[in-house]
Amino acid sequence: MRSALLLTVLTSAVLLAGCPKRDAVMDVPMNGGEGVGAGAESGGLDRGGVQEGQVVGGEGAGGAGQMQGALADTILYFDYDQAEIRAEYAEVVAEHARNLGANPRLRVRLEGHSDERGSREYNIGLGERRAQTVRRALMLQGAGDDQITTVSYGEERPAVMGSDENAWGKNRRVEIVYGN
Amino acid sequence: MTRTANHLRMAALLAAVVLFASAAQAELTIEITEGVADPIPIAVVPFGWTGSGQAPYDVAEVVAGDLQRSGLFSPMSRGDMIDRPSRSADVRPEDWRLLRNDYVVVGQLQPQAPGSGEYVIQFEVINVLNGQHLLSYRQPATSRNFRAASHKVADLVFEKLTGIRGAFSTRIAYVSVDGQPPKQRYQLIVADADGENPRVVAQSAEPIMSPAWSPDGGSLAYVSFEDRVASIYTQLLRTGERRRVSARAGINGAPAWSPDGRRLALTLSQRDGNMDIYILNLANQNLTRLTRDNAIDTEPAWSPDGDMIYFTSDRSGGPQIYRIDAGGGSGEQARRVTFEGSYNARPRVSPNGERLAVVTLDRGAYRIGLVDLKRGGLQVLTKGRNEESPSFAPNGAMLIYATQEGGRSLLATVSIDGRVHQRLGANSAGIREPVWSPL
Repeated sequence: MRSALLLTVLTSAVLLAGCPKRDAVMDVPMNGGEGVGAGAESGGLDRGGVQEGQVVGGEGAGGAGQMQGALADTILYFDYDQAEIRAEYAEVVAEHARNLGANPRLRVRLEGHSDERGSREYNIGLGERRAQTVRRALMLQGAGDDQITTVSYGEERPAVMGSDENAWGKNRRVEIVYGN
Repeated sequence: MTRTANHLRMAALLAAVVLFASAAQAELTIEITEGVADPIPIAVVPFGWTGSGQAPYDVAEVVAGDLQRSGLFSPMSRGDMIDRPSRSADVRPEDWRLLRNDYVVVGQLQPQAPGSGEYVIQFEVINVLNGQHLLSYRQPATSRNFRAASHKVADLVFEKLTGIRGAFSTRIAYVSVDGQPPKQRYQLIVADADGENPRVVAQSAEPIMSPAWSPDGGSLAYVSFEDRVASIYTQLLRTGERRRVSARAGINGAPAWSPDGRRLALTLSQRDGNMDIYILNLANQNLTRLTRDNAIDTEPAWSPDGDMIYFTSDRSGGPQIYRIDAGGGSGEQARRVTFEGSYNARPRVSPNGERLAVVTLDRGAYRIGLVDLKRGGLQVLTKGRNEESPSFAPNGAMLIYATQEGGRSLLATVSIDGRVHQRLGANSAGIREPVWSPL
């Protein structure tokens, strides 16, 4: 498994070298070995490196190992139809920003989510808006632009099932994922 | 290699994620939850068989089922029939009238050359109230397409009696999800409009969303997160061949095929997350930007003539529907279309271009609404709590949409007059994002 991952990272690096960075993803061929099920995971690692134009290698594990205190909090919850970061997360955001600023080789992926209500593609928009709010807050406090990627899953990947205030509140979130 | 050429270079991506045309486990069942108060009584008499032995297929059963599911007809039970004519000459209108029918459908399944596997479905429609002979038709069939041919018969009967083109021969695509978070399986499924023959055309452990039919009904465009970011794929249904047509930084979402099939309207975000509507030329990958606004602009839908794009934007605060010239002329202003209510999103244009189906917030619930583009005004068609993804039947007579019941998502249809309601449930998985195929 480890060598397979290494191979995908190397493949990304080779493709990257020959392409303008923004378009590199267009050229990554998909083969049978990257099929879904098992493939989603390995394909994802591969893609993360390509999209940012950097191969981060094993740094993700290093970043995860340093987490403590506020850094251990990696999920920010949001109010209904809001993309503002709640005051209670100020310290969490500040710690992650400091961590990224102090370790410029760290990479973080911000995954934005919405609750299930309303239309799906508009909810992709709400999740993106939340992820971008967190991105800007991290950058204002010392993180570098190239350290952060965002993705919005909208309502497609709920943290919990259910159609009540409790479930909706747990699903409106941004997850900070190190190592991508 | 130039940058443009690099844009163009796209591998034709073959079925990595795709188990093409494997039978889906989730069979759909359809039930009518609300019909018209006075459905038209009709007798679809079991068709005669002019060959030897047993008839190879029960055409009348499929026809009666289609007519009943439309909600506009109440086919007579076979047990109540006292006669089984297969030609109009043998139909005694007064008998069927006494049994309270308005119309009778009779027919024969006729084998053609022995061993050819070819058949003709000869059928007739009679108005038994006045004895008038309304339709006589020969529909070809083969032993492999009896069901499809029977839907065609139902289409013709339906159109003759209602003046509305039948949509029983069409298909629906939808997304099926099973498992509990975070381990869920997403499948893109295509089934006949009556829920039969569900086939998995793509599946993934990461979300699949926003399927859209090509105007020729041969391909689907959809969004897949299989690479842990959103990309738009097109997939030829016949072969399963896939192309990744948009995998730019940020969001790639909400694909909508132009009426000429050459372009996709879609939503892209810059790295700063600003979502706008673009038009992608599928042949040369050229992008035209239609909107330029800090708000969320998404969910584009083409007018049937291809001149206009309707879309969702929250530039005024909450989401509302706007429209803009699809040509992308510089300085083109988007015009707001919806004004009733605080939330109107995800427009779909009716086949005649006169109405929009939308998701609308109605007294605290997300429901399916119909906007009259000529006269203005919004009519709420449904009664659920969290409904979404309306899609017009290609004859414009019905909408299919996603709803929830007992914590599970399922599909439902409603006639555009709001009178006929059906529910399409799968046995296990949650199903959503239905899209009705073209005719």
